[in-house]
Parts: sequence; structure tokens; C-alpha cells
Amino acid sequence: MKRARVITFKIDGQDIGAHEDETILELARQNGIYIPTLCFLEGLSQYGGCRLCVVEVKGTDRLFPACTTYPIEGMEVFTDSDRLHGYRQDILQFLFSERNHVCSVCVSNGNCELQGLAFSTGMDHVEVPYLNPQLDVDASHPLFGLDHNRCVMCTRCVRVCDEIEGAHTWDVVGRGADARIVADLNQPWGEAASCTSCGKCVQVCPTGALFRKGASVAEMRKQATFLPYLSQMRAGWQNEEK
Amino acid sequence: MSKAKIATVWLDGCSGCHMSLLDMDERLIEIAQAADLVYSPLVDPKDFPDQVDVTLVEGAVSSEDDLEKIKKVRAHTGVLVSLGDCAVTANVPGMRNPFKVDSIMDRAYLENADTNQQIPLEVIPPLLPMSVPIHHVVDVDVVVPGCPPSADTIYYVMTELLAGRTPDLSGKTRFGI
Repeated sequence: MKRARVITFKIDGQDIGAHEDETILELARQNGIYIPTLCFLEGLSQYGGCRLCVVEVKGTDRLFPACTTYPIEGMEVFTDSDRLHGYRQDILQFLFSERNHVCSVCVSNGNCELQGLAFSTGMDHVEVPYLNPQLDVDASHPLFGLDHNRCVMCTRCVRVCDEIEGAHTWDVVGRGADARIVADLNQPWGEAASCTSCGKCVQVCPTGALFRKGASVAEMRKQATFLPYLSQMRAGWQNEEK
Repeated sequence: MSKAKIATVWLDGCSGCHMSLLDMDERLIEIAQAADLVYSPLVDPKDFPDQVDVTLVEGAVSSEDDLEKIKKVRAHTGVLVSLGDCAVTANVPGMRNPFKVDSIMDRAYLENADTNQQIPLEVIPPLLPMSVPIHHVVDVDVVVPGCPPSADTIYYVMTELLAGRTPDLSGKTRFGI
């Protein structure tokens, strides 16, 4: 197979050698440069929905999501600026205000990527009004629960179910703040015939939206060891296709 | 030099932040040497004093009484600190916000009451339509997330403020525990 062309560009002043088919996020991570992410998960397709990984590129005012942007020769990328910090904090404020994220009583308290991002970016209070939507908890599945109050619509569950498990139980209905995760034809999870109860969606969920039944406050720990397995499976599939 | 005046206020919270404050143990003596606690659920005065240097407020703004209190506190305080998740995010008190106040009162005082079902019209202050963070109704100078913030965090905030510095809480505390 023909490998993509090699180029050089810069991230935060550091010279980076790259293949054209590698994203800015992948290359930053390979070179030890931290860019915060939420919807991204190695092994799944890139969605570019959360916008936390936005970076600046010299020569334009536009911001680019690092997870879906490919570098070009001579490009200068900046991952760390007051402007980017401001936007990342704004995004987190919107995520916290859009649904009912009550860390202190959440199953994922202490093990949550959203809570962790608020901590690491210094987002310590929400200026905008909270929307306080009335949202359901789907407890119809015998093993797992779905709490829409905690969902950030990252769609990791949708992608892992479709791309790795091959079941495509999960999908999205509605738009904007009204978007919701649904099982099969907008049915209770427990009645979704396509669900294999594999639990991959629960492990990849960054918050307490998908959880193992019986987990109480702060008890829901996602299995991080499960995650490298995802990329191996995906790589295996892609090789077979080739 | 006269001692600084500090106060603590308890709005719609569980008092856990005050418990965490007491958890400073012997460091309370050190604080007491630098400042006088002039108003608090932990001391006797009933009226908020004219001028307080630092006020720590626990709890969300949930009732008309909370709103009146916090406005008065703001008007008579130099540095206002939102202490803990209820003050900073509305937290657990805010979990009622998706529902209308009438339905909450019915649930609490009629549907779930075994005897003498009636909605109180006296003594209990009327609820606001939403339980909100303090900074949504008055200006707040320092926010301290945590449910509750640890005694170490509260000690750090108080000693920094008493030394005339603005505490930098990055990396020290977070929403939730």
C-alpha cells in the first residue's frame, strides 16, 4: 500500500514530521503536546462535535478542530493561547448549563471526563443561565442505565456500537439542544432488539450518562484497559478490508 | 492593627461546607488570631454587621429570604466568597429546577405527608421559581467549588484573603467531591 506523503509543519513552535493522512491531534499526542478532547476516542471515527480540541493556525482567524484537521506543509499550529482557553471554558460552560450535571450526586463523580476537563481548564463556575431541562433516565435494560441528564452528546456510544460492535443500537434524534441519544426506533433500551448487551457504550461514555446498574454515587469507573482494545479491533478490521 | 472581620452565611445548603470549615481543627485558632468571626450560624449575632471584610457563603439562592439575605450580605461585604457547589452551581438544591414550584410543594406537603396535609403559608419563606448560584444574583469575588471544599482548601482561601491576596484555586478543588 502506498503511504501518504511526508510533510513538515509546526505545533507550538516545535518542528513535526508527519504523514499527510495523520490529524493534528494524533501528531500532537505523538509528540507529547496536550490538546484537551471530549468526543474524540482513539479507535473510533472522528466526529469533531465537541470543539474542545480547537487550535489556531497562523495566517487565519478561523479555529480548527485538531481531531479532524490534517496538516499541510509549512503550517504553523498553536494549541495554547488565552483565546483558546477562553473558548474551551465557554464550551464547558455550555455543556454544564445545557443539561443537569450534578457532580456531587453522579455515579461518575471522580471518574468523569467532563468534570476532569472543568478542573483542568479552570472552568470553576457557569456564567450563563442553566437550562434545567426535564430529562428521563432509561432504566429498562437489565444491566445498564442511560441518564440523559448527564449526556453531552459526544456520540461515542453511537460510534462504538456501530463501528466496533456492529449493532448500531444507538443513534441520535433531534437537533441542537433538543438532540437525544435513542435506542433502535426510539424505544426503551431494554426493548431494543439489536442490543447485544456487550457494554461497550457504557465503557466509552465520558460521563455518568451510561452506567452499570447498581453503581451508586462515585462508584462508576469506566474500564480504561478496555480502550486500547478498541483501536486494535478497528485496525484489525481495516487490514482485513485491505 | 485591628483584626479583620469575617462572616459565614448559610443559605440553601446542607451545612456540610460549615462542617468542612470546622474540620480545619487547630488551624481555626490561627484564623481566630487574625480575624474576628462577627456573624455566622456558629456565633450568636442575629443581624448582619455594617461592614465585614470577608464573607463565606454556603448554599444556593432558593427562597425569597435567601435573596434578601444575599443582597444585604453583598452590600456590607468587602470580599464575597461562594463556598461549595450549592453556592457555585446550585448543585442539589437546583435539582428541583426542572419542575414547577407548585408541583414540588404538592409533592412535599400533600402527596408525601402522612398526616395534616397542608402547604405552609407562614414561617417557611416562599421558594423562588429556580434555585440559582449566588453569582447569578449578586457579584461574587471568589468561587470555591467542592461538595464540600476540603478543610485544606478553605484554610488556603481564608489565609490568602486575610493576607490581602486573591487565592488561586486552580488544581486545588473541583465540582463534586
